[in-house]
Parts: sequence; structure tokens; C-alpha cells
Amino acid sequence: MSDTHAQTVAYVREGMLEQQAPPTKEAGAIRWLRENLFPTWLNAIMTLVAIYVIWYLLSGLLPWIISPTWFSGSLSECREILTGAGQSTHQACWGVIRDRWDQLVFGFYPQELYWRPVLALVVLLAGLAPILFGRFPKWFLGFSMASPFIIFLLLWGGPIWFPVMVALGFVLGAVAFRSAVRFNQIVGVLAAILVPILFWLFLAEPIADALTSVLPIGLESISSKQFGGFLLSIVIGVAAIVLSLPLGIMLALGRASDLFIVTKLSVGFIEIIRGVPLIVWLFTASLLLNYFLPPGTNFDLTLRVIIMVTLFSAAYIAEVVRGGLAAVPKGQYEGADSLGLSYWQSMQLIVLPQALKISIPGIVNTFIGLFKDTTLVLFIGLLDPLGLTSTIRASTDWNGIYWELYVFIGLMFFIACFSMGRYSLHLEKKLQREHR
Amino acid sequence: MSSMTDSPPRESFRLSQLIYDTRYRSMTIQVLTLLLVCVGIYWLVDNLLANLASLGLQPNFGFLDSRAGYDIASSFGTWIMNYSSASDHLTAAFVGILNTLLVAFLGVILATILGVLAGVMRLSKNWLVSRLMAVYVEGFRNVPLLLWILLIYAVFSEGTPRPNDFRPGPDGTAAASMIWDTFAITNRGFYMPAPVWGANSGLLAGVFVASLVAAIFYRRYAKKLLFDTGRLLPMVWPMFVIALVPVVLFYFLLGRPVSLDYPVLAGFNFQGGIQVDNPLMALWLALSLYTGAFITEIVRAGILSVSKGQAEAAAALGIRPNRAMSLVILPQAMRVIIPPLTSQYLNLTKNSSLAIAVGYADVRATLGGITLNQTGRALECMLLLGLFYLALSLIISFLMNVFNNSMKLQER
Repeated sequence: MSDTHAQTVAYVREGMLEQQAPPTKEAGAIRWLRENLFPTWLNAIMTLVAIYVIWYLLSGLLPWIISPTWFSGSLSECREILTGAGQSTHQACWGVIRDRWDQLVFGFYPQELYWRPVLALVVLLAGLAPILFGRFPKWFLGFSMASPFIIFLLLWGGPIWFPVMVALGFVLGAVAFRSAVRFNQIVGVLAAILVPILFWLFLAEPIADALTSVLPIGLESISSKQFGGFLLSIVIGVAAIVLSLPLGIMLALGRASDLFIVTKLSVGFIEIIRGVPLIVWLFTASLLLNYFLPPGTNFDLTLRVIIMVTLFSAAYIAEVVRGGLAAVPKGQYEGADSLGLSYWQSMQLIVLPQALKISIPGIVNTFIGLFKDTTLVLFIGLLDPLGLTSTIRASTDWNGIYWELYVFIGLMFFIACFSMGRYSLHLEKKLQREHR
Repeated sequence: MSSMTDSPPRESFRLSQLIYDTRYRSMTIQVLTLLLVCVGIYWLVDNLLANLASLGLQPNFGFLDSRAGYDIASSFGTWIMNYSSASDHLTAAFVGILNTLLVAFLGVILATILGVLAGVMRLSKNWLVSRLMAVYVEGFRNVPLLLWILLIYAVFSEGTPRPNDFRPGPDGTAAASMIWDTFAITNRGFYMPAPVWGANSGLLAGVFVASLVAAIFYRRYAKKLLFDTGRLLPMVWPMFVIALVPVVLFYFLLGRPVSLDYPVLAGFNFQGGIQVDNPLMALWLALSLYTGAFITEIVRAGILSVSKGQAEAAAALGIRPNRAMSLVILPQAMRVIIPPLTSQYLNLTKNSSLAIAVGYADVRATLGGITLNQTGRALECMLLLGLFYLALSLIISFLMNVFNNSMKLQER
């Protein structure tokens, strides 16, 4: 066809034109500014307002934040440093963070034993690694299972045999299940539940006492009252997170099941827990729980708080997982049934993996909320970081210090919660199977 | 063929069927669960009765009628209930309930406004504005609410001027000044003008209500006209005119029946006007900003959940962007937004119990605080407190469910 073209048109350019640079309005930074900041009049005004807000905030905050007071030992020393440098005294006094760092992180944990919580944190992270990131050798999972007991021993101390006996109970349960399930599934389940309970009730204490008198190995015992600061927040938060996930899943399965009584009981539990604020539950734990236990029992306040926070967040997780269960297409349930899988098999192999994947954002949000809510324990007399601020303020050195402590504590919580949120995004992406 | 439809021969019931036959197994499981739960509850109640007996206590709500004997800082609740220390514990509990309801109500309104505005701005194409909103959301969502309450309370109590700073010094200038001579932010509270209802103000209120009704009727008429004939009447400005013009006219015709009582510096403090205590201000702002951050994300997710084709189809039909937003996108987004919004409202209401941090006299502080400590009736007080919150949660979910059903897709 090009021949005809060449014959009919008098002149056709044979070479390409030089490529020209785009107009300055349509390239580079100017184009970006035009498109993103000043596309319309209204947007331009909004941009200017936003710039003013940012400038207002930064001009107020930055001079306050940038303050050469890191090495001061008291509020009056701060003022001296600032007046000595010829600056206004309306500036942050960061010395309090350096001065009270140990207290903010460890509470009243004995100073010479700080290595124990630090090591416990390392064990926690190592134990969580295969669960969080996968692709670890199988024996490492054994370490993950042992890590709660190691962490307990490191934090609270005491003779080594108590956590060993608790762990032994779980091992006995597993062994009992393995040996009994050969005869019958139900006998196996019953054995797995009954054997450890009987062991803990009747055998664990005498054996532990006997072993302690023979081989008194252990660490110095630390009472929960000495826990405080971020150590306390992390202990309560992590314990409640780990315990509430399985409980929440069980509650969600109960709520979604066909069994009338089980459903109604789960619904009642979930709604009662969710309808009442956590503060009321915490006061219940500190004021009332002893009324409901056999006369004379008096157990640790921190443990009571962990139980309450666990029940509280389990109810929220149950609602999140229920949403996930409802979002799994009905065909998946029916497919599992038609394969002849039992209820537990179909849940474990087909439904829950999909439902939990859907509910990851909700579960992680619940965890973030739980971790933030650990600050509420200050109202029942536990010294979490926020509770410690008033302790610090009560000392003569730091009388009248507010903002620095709040900013620091807020920043620590922000880092923890923000990274949890980012991890959930990462997990969502990793588990995404649909092609979009 | 008849042999095919015959029911299988009836076997006699064997005990092992309770476990192996799925028809009976579910019954077995349920009965066992119920038994276990009953045993557990019996154990708890038995312990409770034994403990109470050993303490010489009887569960009894008679203490509610006895004299409270403590003062509550003057607030919305004490004003409505006319509370004094001579009132009984029940009145004190109602004062707390009213204060809780007040802060929850104000918080829900402000949080919704903040959340919707920030949610729309978060989706703005303006890079700076959307980033600013992201910072707001992440900053408030990832820091404990308690910390925000304490921080904002510290701003109000430490960072605001004392009433004395409003007094002009020897050089004639004051360290602090009122906003438009109307509002004063001090470390003792927030002062604003109070309306004074003169004669004929009832008539004015009647006119206002009547013109509001007229505006609603105009809206209905315009909608009906649109659906019946397709004629589009302007909606927004006529409604404003109908609602406001008669009120303004009557206000002057009746000789200004309603006037304002401005707060004035007198003695060591401001007198007149309405004083809002700092605890309420701090709690209200912190709750609204915190919940607003969550609502922002809900609104954003709701608008994003409406598929792009809807907006494109609206554009293809020639509907202008604003109208497409209100007629096409928002009604569909609302269906996604309302259920999580409900749970945020519930969270805000429950979080109002953090009033304990700033000393605001909510129901936890009166019934679950001073009354509990004075009477020692921990069990009864916590039970009533729990029931109140539970009832409030159920009422809010019920109302939001009604609203949700009215917004639902009408399927035929």
C-alpha cells in the first residue's frame, strides 16, 4: 500500500522528527505539584491551609523538642542548662527519660537481675520467629513450645521444677492421647484432657516439692508486685494475646455451630463481655474475683488481670473470627462434608485456614487494642508506664513534669502498635491466593 | 418400588448411639456442655455465698435509698437531678448515668463529624491533605486512648491561662484574652455564653419547630416531584431559607426575646454564662479525636468499597460529581459503613468510663466509685454498673440496627 501512498502524496517525510521535551508545565516537579497540590482552586486553598497547619505545629513543637537537656538530673538542673545556654525554659527536659529509663522499662524489678527480662524478651522473639515468619527447621518449633515455660522461669524465678511440672503435664497429655487414640478417638480426647488435669491436681506439687528439696536448682524468686513499666505492659499484653486467640476461635466456632445450647452459651458470654467496659472488668477482677473462689484463696493480681484481659479480648476475637467464618463460601463447608471429613477435620483443614486468613486484619487490630488497653491497669494499682508517671512526678527531682513522659510513652506505644499493623499488612499480602 | 420408599427397619436404641450416631451425638454434647456450665456456675455461686456468709454480708440493694453524703462537682447530671450531698445513692447513680450519656452523646456527634470530614479528605487527590490525614489517623490509632486523655487534660489544666491572667495588668494589657469577648479558655474550665429565655421565647421556639417541619415537608415535596415528573427543584438553599428566615423575622418582631448572658471576669473567677469543666472538655475531645480516627478509616474503606464502575456509570449518565456522590456512591457506601460505625459508637460509649483518669463524675465514678467505697457493697455496685453498660450497649446496637435496615438494599 505504501507504493500508492508514495504516488498520491507529493511529499512524505522519511525520517522521524526529533523528540521534543514536554512543556515545562507537564513535566517534573511542576507537573507533580500541579497534579497533586494545585489541581483546582479549592485544592490550592486546602494545600495552603495544610501547609499552614504543618508549619504551625512544627514551629510550636520543634523548638520544644530540640532541647539540650539529655544529661540533666532534675528539673531545676534542666532550667539551669537552658538559661545557661541562653534559651527559654519552655523546652523539653529529656533528662527524665535518661534518669528514669530503668524504672520506665522494668518498674521495680531488682536492678542486678535486669538480664532476666532482657533474656526473656530474646527467648520470646526467638520463639515467635517460626510462627511469624515460617521457614524454620522443625526442631525449632519444639523450642517455641518450650519458650513460655523458659520465659516464666526467667521472669518470676523460683525453683525450676514448678514450670517443668506444668510442661510435663502437657507432655503427659500428648502421650496419653497418642496411646489411647489407637483404641478410640473419644477415649483419646478424654485421656488428653483428664490425664494432665489429674497430674496437676494430685501429683505435680508433691513431685515438684520433693525434687526441690533434693535438687534446689532455680532462680531468685521475684513477686509480681515488682513488675512495672513496659515490662508489665508486655507481660500482660503478650500473655493475653497468646491465650485469647485459641479461646476466641473456640468461642467463634461455638457461636457458629448448629448446637443450640452451645450457640446460646457462646452468644451470651460474648455479648456480656463486650457490653461492659474493660475498666469495669478490671475492677471486678481486683475487687470481686476473690468472692467467687473458694474461701481463703488469694492469687496474684497480675494473674487476675491477665485472665480478665484474656477473656475480654477473646470475646472481641470471637466476633472477628465469626465474620471470617461467615465469609467462607458455603461450598467449602459442603465440600468438606462431602469428602466425609468429621467436624473437627473439616474445620481444621478446610474452613479455619480460610476464615483466619480473612480475619487477620481484625485479629491484629484486636491485639493492638489489647496492647493499648494494658495501660488501664494503672487504675487498679499496677504500675504500668502511665502509672509510673505519677510516681516519677512525686519525686522532688521531677516534680511537675508531664509532657516529656507522655510523649516518650506515646512514642513507644506508637512504635509497637504501628509495627504490629504493618506486620498484618505483610501477612495479608503473603497469604493472598487470589489473583487480582 | 414400594420397598425402596419404606423406612429402614427400626433398630432398638443402643447406648453407644449416644456417641457414634450423629443424630444423638449433638444432643450428648449439648447436654454435657450444659451440665459442665451449670456445675461451674454452681461452684462460683456456692463460693460466693460462703464468702459473703463468712463476711457477714447479704446481697441487698437497700443501700441505694440511704443518704449519699458526698458532693459531686456541679455538672449536667447534678443540674438535672438537683443533686446535693443530702440526696440518696440512687440519685447519685443517676447523676453519673446522665453525665456518661452526655459525654457519650457529644462524643458520638463530634467523632462522626471529624471522622467523615477526615475520611473524605483522606481520599482527596491532594497529596498533602491526604498525608496529613494519614498522620492523624495513625497517630491516634496507635497510641492508647488513656494517654490522649491524660495529655489533652494536661494541656487544659497546665497549658491554659488562669482566670487572673485575663485581668489587665498595670500596663493595661492582659496576659490572656477572651475569644471575641465571648468564650474564655481557662485552667478552671471553658466559659461560653448562656441563653436567657425572656417572655415570648416559647413562641419563638414554636416558630422554629414549625419552620423546621415546613422545611422537611418541602424536601419531601421536592423528592416526590423528582420521582414523579423528573423535575429537579433546588434542595439545599430553599430548605435553609424556610428553616431560618421566619425565626429571624420573629426574633426581631417579638423584640428580641432571647438574649445571651456573657461570662464576665468578676473576683477571682468568671461569672455568668455556662461553665464546662476541663475534665469534660478533655474527655470529650480525646474520645472524639480517638474515635474519629477509627471512623476516618471506616469511611475511607466504605467509599473505596463502591466499585469504580458505579461512579463511571453515573458520569456516563451525565450526573454531576457532587450529585453522583450523594445519589450513587454514598448510599452504597453507607451499607458498608454503618455496621463498623455502630461498634465504634459502642466503643466510644464504653471508653467514656475512662473518665476516671480526669475525675469526671460519670457513672463509674459515682455508683462504681464513691458509693462503692462508702457502702462497701462491691458486688451490688459492680452488678448494677455492668447491667447499665450492657443495657446501654444493647440499646445503641438496636437503634443502629434499625437505621441499618432502613439503609439496606431493597431486594425484591
